[in-house]
Amino acid sequence: MLSAEKKKELEEAIYAFVGKPIGPPFTGRDVVNEPMIRQWCDAMGETSPNYLDAVAAEKSPHGGIVAPPMMLQAWVMQGWEMHEGYDEPKNEEHRLHKLLTDAGYEGVLGTDTEQSFSRYLRLGDAVTADTVIEHISEEKATGAGVGYFITTRATFTDQNGAELGWMTFRVLKFIPNQPQQAASDDDGAAQPAKPARIKPPMGHDNSWWWQACTDGKIQIQRCGGCEKLRHPPRPMCGACGSMEWDAVESSGRGTLHTYTVIHYPQFPGYEFPIIAALVDLEEGVRMMSSISGCDYEKVEIGMPLQGVIHEDEDGFALPIFRPREDSQ
Amino acid sequence: MSRTLADRAAIAGIGATEFSKKSGRTPLQLAVEATRAALEDAGIAAAEVDGMVSFTGDQNAETEIARCLGIPRLTHFSRIHYGGGAACATIQQAAMAVATGISEVVVAYRAFNERSERRFGAGRQGPTADVPVPLPTNWYAPFGFVTPASWVAMFARRYMHEYNASSEDFGRVSVADRKHAATNPKAWFYEQPITLEDHQESRWIVEPLHLLDCCQESDGGVAIVVTSPERARDLAHPPVMIRAAAQGASSDQETMTSYYRDDIAGLPEMGLVGDQLWAQSGLGPDDIQTAILYDHFTPFVLPQLEELGFCERGEARHFIADGNIELGGRLPINTNGGQLGEAYIHGMNGIAEGVRQVRGSAVNQVEDVDHVVVTAGTGVPTSALILGRA
Repeated sequence: MLSAEKKKELEEAIYAFVGKPIGPPFTGRDVVNEPMIRQWCDAMGETSPNYLDAVAAEKSPHGGIVAPPMMLQAWVMQGWEMHEGYDEPKNEEHRLHKLLTDAGYEGVLGTDTEQSFSRYLRLGDAVTADTVIEHISEEKATGAGVGYFITTRATFTDQNGAELGWMTFRVLKFIPNQPQQAASDDDGAAQPAKPARIKPPMGHDNSWWWQACTDGKIQIQRCGGCEKLRHPPRPMCGACGSMEWDAVESSGRGTLHTYTVIHYPQFPGYEFPIIAALVDLEEGVRMMSSISGCDYEKVEIGMPLQGVIHEDEDGFALPIFRPREDSQ
Repeated sequence: MSRTLADRAAIAGIGATEFSKKSGRTPLQLAVEATRAALEDAGIAAAEVDGMVSFTGDQNAETEIARCLGIPRLTHFSRIHYGGGAACATIQQAAMAVATGISEVVVAYRAFNERSERRFGAGRQGPTADVPVPLPTNWYAPFGFVTPASWVAMFARRYMHEYNASSEDFGRVSVADRKHAATNPKAWFYEQPITLEDHQESRWIVEPLHLLDCCQESDGGVAIVVTSPERARDLAHPPVMIRAAAQGASSDQETMTSYYRDDIAGLPEMGLVGDQLWAQSGLGPDDIQTAILYDHFTPFVLPQLEELGFCERGEARHFIADGNIELGGRLPINTNGGQLGEAYIHGMNGIAEGVRQVRGSAVNQVEDVDHVVVTAGTGVPTSALILGRA
């Protein structure tokens, strides 16, 4: 922490930057051109023919290829030299940042930007940016640490001096929280939850089965009328119409009826690839599950499997099948 | 009077938006654009529409489309469940409404931004259990078994096992579709045919499905106008007769996961639909010159050929390998490029292609078409049509 005196000194120094241009106006190194438009569109997934197809664009209201408005700032980016750090400040913005960095406000975080566009840019337009340090906030306490929000405003003009648009860009220059501080400051509530398995919706017809998994059992519903086994559970027997039922515990012994290896998409809460399996249980019903403990390239239809109840870290339980060695 | 639906209604108009990956407009606008195009194609004023049919999953209210187009009154509106299985059933609904005098002009429509908004194949959309898992899928979702590709792959693996089929056999469907798309300027994959090697080298999505076994995801809308044969006769195009229209759900049916049948290498619901098609129309497989077979994933095209009687059970791979499903073959399928090649509009673009084949106006026109079979989503309770010349 800075002493009050040091802080006053720092704030006097930084607030003196407000209203200053960061340097002389900067004219983009290349005029608006098709290759850069194409590369930007590729990167952004932009497919409008107005940007990419000279023939189609000629027929558009633009009368020819135009640049995506969102590219405006790209024309005046200064390239690799921007990545070389602030050891030797190259402009007023760098000097401002260095003052703060040297005082312990080492972190920097882009927070938000606003942009406004006056017209579409056409091939051959030369873009110039005039950037001013518009505002510096008072010191703020944030989740990332205490710091100052610095807003710069760039005004873009063309080769005739006509305005093309503007952009404000705000960063937070801050003293990063120490990890242990973070933990004590937020009551532990900010611990991101580890993604877990998708949970089944629970209803009268199915929740007893999932509850049995929690008790370590693979259950099979049995008709109270004709004793036919059925899975998945339903409220009525399709064979005799009885709504009476109980359940028997499966041995978990079965064979693989068919399977798939799920590679994509890889959504959260699971390890990929998933070997999804349909298992013919020895009791005579078929059950959906997945296979673990086996290289997916060794899985084959007809292989003997043994189901076991697996419990996730969050306590959710479900049957998972493994290759069974004792195929007696 | 015969109590069948055969020839009691006709398709008078078809319309569609462009097919894209990012429409840049709402599904409602797509639905309205497609409907207006279909009515213009038919030469019927919007004010004459008095019935509308769609999928349960379509987010566009009939009433909103009616307000946009200035349709003053609707006497029939109905929705069909089961995703793509609804496609041909919307036409059946429309035909039944027309045949019974409930409505005179019925529009069947489907419009969505399936690529740029809610993607069916995305799996879980966030890190926590934020997927609204319907109760019937509670036996699957916890195992990470949540994408349509994985549900189909389970059948596909068993089909391969039962009938000694291979990934190449599935790939030939994709190659045929892309060949047809390559000469269809409306298709997303226009001028982009693929080879069997391309198919084999494409990455795994869910084994045994490669990327190129999976249909596209698309933004777009399609609408079909159904009216009476008498009315259709006075319109711009010759009527395309609805010679048969059938729905089917079979024993131990689930939606995409009918895994509890003794034999899961077939599509008995499509067999049930096929039996009805032949019974209603009095036709048989030999009377069909071309077919639009639902192709969200290639493996299910094979059992469709079998269930509909175009070849024997387990023989589809030979039927396909012999070139029968490509232009110039015995039964060219998906001449628009199908959902792999043209666009995925939940089967509705396939119905439009069936209409073009009967009219003789398809870009990949099959010669001397009298009758076309069009099928809807597979692996779900499904539907199909026979369309024919007046």
